[in-house]
Amino acid sequence: MKISAIVTLKENVLDPQGKVVNQTLKNMGYSNITEVRQGKYFEIQLNENNKEKAKKIIDEICKKLLSNTIIEDYTINIKQ
Amino acid sequence: MKSSVIVFPGSNCDRDVAVALEKFKIKNEMVWHNEASLPKSDLVVLPGGFSYGDYLRAGAIAGKSRIINDVIKHAKNGGLVLGICNGFQILIETGLLPGILLRNKNLKFLSKNVFVKVINTNNKFCSNYKNKKVIELPIAHNEGNYFADYKTLKNLEDKDLVVFKYCDMDGNINDVSNPNGSLNNIAGILNPEKNILGMMPHPERLIDPILSGKDGSIMFQSLKK
Repeated sequence: MKISAIVTLKENVLDPQGKVVNQTLKNMGYSNITEVRQGKYFEIQLNENNKEKAKKIIDEICKKLLSNTIIEDYTINIKQ
Repeated sequence: MKSSVIVFPGSNCDRDVAVALEKFKIKNEMVWHNEASLPKSDLVVLPGGFSYGDYLRAGAIAGKSRIINDVIKHAKNGGLVLGICNGFQILIETGLLPGILLRNKNLKFLSKNVFVKVINTNNKFCSNYKNKKVIELPIAHNEGNYFADYKTLKNLEDKDLVVFKYCDMDGNINDVSNPNGSLNNIAGILNPEKNILGMMPHPERLIDPILSGKDGSIMFQSLKK
């Protein structure tokens, strides 16, 4: 099964990279873009056919390693 | 007294700290991150650097490396653990110390000497600072901006677990003397049992009066006692 996890900084944590990308897009003429937040995308293959079990495992690794929950949020998507 | 310095891929202050320990007659061994167990040690040092290239987050991968289980065991049994710079970030990622180290407030890598006030000398790392409480130490980091929620911060302050605070040369702790935006100017903290110290400044770089200064030596002399 393929699962993806997206880790982003929490809304009120400063995201310097997102800010710079936002500013650059503005400089390129995209004046209607108001905010960019940059995050990390993980694509994970695992040997597990049960969706619930798979989600539980990914939730656990997001908590333990992929994110630091003091400053980051994560979302999990089951692909197939 | 015996020490172990853990070497991760990307550590770059491991040899500096080994020189400092040996200078003060602490018998040291270098331990590769992939070892399963620690040699017998009174003190474990997690050195500065960029362990695993700061992949994921500074200290995150090192915080889950093979040797870390034994380091945690050593710490839980009351053994001394000193985390300097990246070592502090690793201690935070393992959960041995609370809070988090964010990007520096000005978003720049900082490499300079700063003044630091020793707030708590009642621990094994700092007992010799009793007569010299304002010291000068180098910092060199990108993520040193200490942050914790209100409850954690209050607990650190109330229980005297904040060991070092950034200050000016007269010992005044204020915003001007805060290089990286750390809450309450925090530069180093202890766990409640006071056997684990995490700090951003580098004491191992100030151990030679000819080369730099000796404000760092005092920590190693305290440890040796």
